[in-house]
Amino acid sequence: MDFELLIGIFPQVLLDGLILGFMYALIALGYTMVYGVLEFINFAHSEIFVVGAFVGVEILLTFKALGWLDLVSPFLVLLLVLLVGMLASGLLAVSVERIAYRPLRGAPRLIPLISAIGVSFFLQDAVRLFESIWRNSFNLVYPTMETLNLRFNLTETIDVSVKSLVVIVASLLMLWALHALVNRTKIGKAIRAVAEDQATASLMGINVNRMISLTFLIGGAMGGAAGVLFGVQYSLINPYTGFIPGLKAFTAAVLGGIGNIPGAMLGGLVLGLLEAFAASYLSLLTGGAFGAEYKDIFAFSILILILIFRPKGLLGEVVRERA
Amino acid sequence: MRRLLSQPIPAFILSVGLLGVTAYAVSHFPRSIVAFMLFQASILVLYFARMPAWVKGPLAAVTLIVLMPVVGSINGYYLEIAIQVGIFVALALGLNIVVGLAGLLDLGYVAFFAVGAYTWAVFGSPQANQFLAGGLFPLPQWWFFVFLLLGVGMAAGAGILLGLPVLRLHGDYLAIVTLGFGEVIRVLANNLDKPINFTNGPKGITPISRPPIFFDPALRAVGIEPDPNVIYPLYLYFLVLAIVGVTILVNRRMEDSHLGRAWEAIREDQTAAQAMGVPLVRSKLLAFACGASFAGAVGVLFSAKQVFINPESFTFMESIGVLAMVILGGMGSIPGAVLGATVVTVLNLQVLKGLSLWLNELRNAGTTIFGWSLANLPTQLEPAKYERMVFGLILVLMMIFRPQGILPARRRHRELADGPGEKR
Repeated sequence: MDFELLIGIFPQVLLDGLILGFMYALIALGYTMVYGVLEFINFAHSEIFVVGAFVGVEILLTFKALGWLDLVSPFLVLLLVLLVGMLASGLLAVSVERIAYRPLRGAPRLIPLISAIGVSFFLQDAVRLFESIWRNSFNLVYPTMETLNLRFNLTETIDVSVKSLVVIVASLLMLWALHALVNRTKIGKAIRAVAEDQATASLMGINVNRMISLTFLIGGAMGGAAGVLFGVQYSLINPYTGFIPGLKAFTAAVLGGIGNIPGAMLGGLVLGLLEAFAASYLSLLTGGAFGAEYKDIFAFSILILILIFRPKGLLGEVVRERA
Repeated sequence: MRRLLSQPIPAFILSVGLLGVTAYAVSHFPRSIVAFMLFQASILVLYFARMPAWVKGPLAAVTLIVLMPVVGSINGYYLEIAIQVGIFVALALGLNIVVGLAGLLDLGYVAFFAVGAYTWAVFGSPQANQFLAGGLFPLPQWWFFVFLLLGVGMAAGAGILLGLPVLRLHGDYLAIVTLGFGEVIRVLANNLDKPINFTNGPKGITPISRPPIFFDPALRAVGIEPDPNVIYPLYLYFLVLAIVGVTILVNRRMEDSHLGRAWEAIREDQTAAQAMGVPLVRSKLLAFACGASFAGAVGVLFSAKQVFINPESFTFMESIGVLAMVILGGMGSIPGAVLGATVVTVLNLQVLKGLSLWLNELRNAGTTIFGWSLANLPTQLEPAKYERMVFGLILVLMMIFRPQGILPARRRHRELADGPGEKR
């Protein structure tokens, strides 16, 4: 075993893990907020995320076609793309709730879950259908922006690209904003009240349906932002991109304690780091027998272990018996 | 129509007449998908027709054993469709035990199918020589029947393996873990080509031995020279038919057995069931094992039919497809699972593919609509690829408008009917 190599790549792996972790954290928020309020796994959230990525790529490709991409500062463009992507994803999440989940509220728990799986599949092919007609291709690539791809060396062996920093900063800002919204504002208080007890909240004059819609809007917007950032970071997207990140983000949400917002952030980071380390060290440690291709199994195993041994997650203090 | 079907004599005349006319139509227009779909619809009419069992039973048998192969010999593709339908019917019936009877939502069901398929694929092809010395493989064809049983055992074992850790979970957590399990099996199949080559990875395994034609001497005795291209599809069709028959029989016996009632009790209220003395652990494990075993058997058959398999055939989409079949027909309902599997398979294999072909013809002919030439249609637009959309629409629409399915289970599904039920 080459210890020098093992230690040498450590900071780079740490950075990759952090980026991945922030991505998972942003997506996990959507799962965890909805679960906190409705106790239901919004399976379609991974497609909300993908739609954000596609809205982003469409705007960037349009800008590129118009030649605006070189005229405007890439950070401004990115800000715009991020906002539009968040808005689109948030609105989509709200309408999905309105159409496919609200009529099923009060039905046995498996019913809305099955409906959500259906929505997820439908949206995947809907995106594909749209892009097939619109661009005659559904595997899209984010256009490159020179400034974002600049890399600078931290040390001799580690370099950081501007876009990685952008991803980290944007994620941190959004996580902070969400935290403030939920904990410091009246709306946040109302959402928490609905999550605690819908009937009582409604007796206190809170419009429960509006708060649920708002939860979907915020969760969806976070997912959309994650989609745009995913596209900026990894470039290649297709309508089915969301499945694996979605599943991992759900794992992250469970890992941190589902329904718990700081838990989702923590779970995302932990899972991202674990995965990055598994991906780069597994092959080195086993002499090439098992490589990065097992990183997905790694994440699922964590999910299964957590569910069996500590179903409330790392930070979950609220233990409720759930079916 | 409904009134006609409720009286034995008109029902008999109507269904026999429809079968005859549509079979004739297929023989006249062998390439028309519509004709074949009408033929399938008349089988459905036969199912709904009300007549004495001693008339209906033989009639159904004649339709499936004689008429269908005849239709299939007119256009080989139809026999292929019938085989696929049979495979999915058996899968849907297996999943119906887990989801419909026991109420355990399994999103990784295709994993058991994969276990069965790989069981025969590895040993029924030269693949096993990669890790077992002696050059014994592929095993002789007659081992296929041994592996049919072995596949059942392997899949049931995998079912128990999955069941053990997830026993404590219920509802949506269980669903997610089974999903993870399904993905794990697929990733393993994809990557176990090293360090020891078990599955040959993404390249898949080929050639897989087909089932032996053990009746070959008998055929020659009556003066038929067996042509493998004709015999195999027919043979596979009858094998599938036999498996489906056994599956239906087992399902029906199971439904009203001690175990079946225990499953339904668990589905309706786990705590109450336990209080009544239903052994939760054993019943749940048996549900996973039973459901899985059917998938294992058809998996073996599937690999023998395809001659080539790779992990692509066992994706999450397939699991959801089978789930959509069960949901469409009605959870817990045996005729529902059969109908659901047939409708969904026909939608995918005939309607979507048919649309694709039709669109391509229009495109190639350069047809214009409102002055816009269809030759400009995006080439990526292929209706045949939109299976997920079909599955998704089925799931959402059924959940919103008819959660009990098209042919609901006889015993009223209390959980679905009561609306705001107990929150466990």
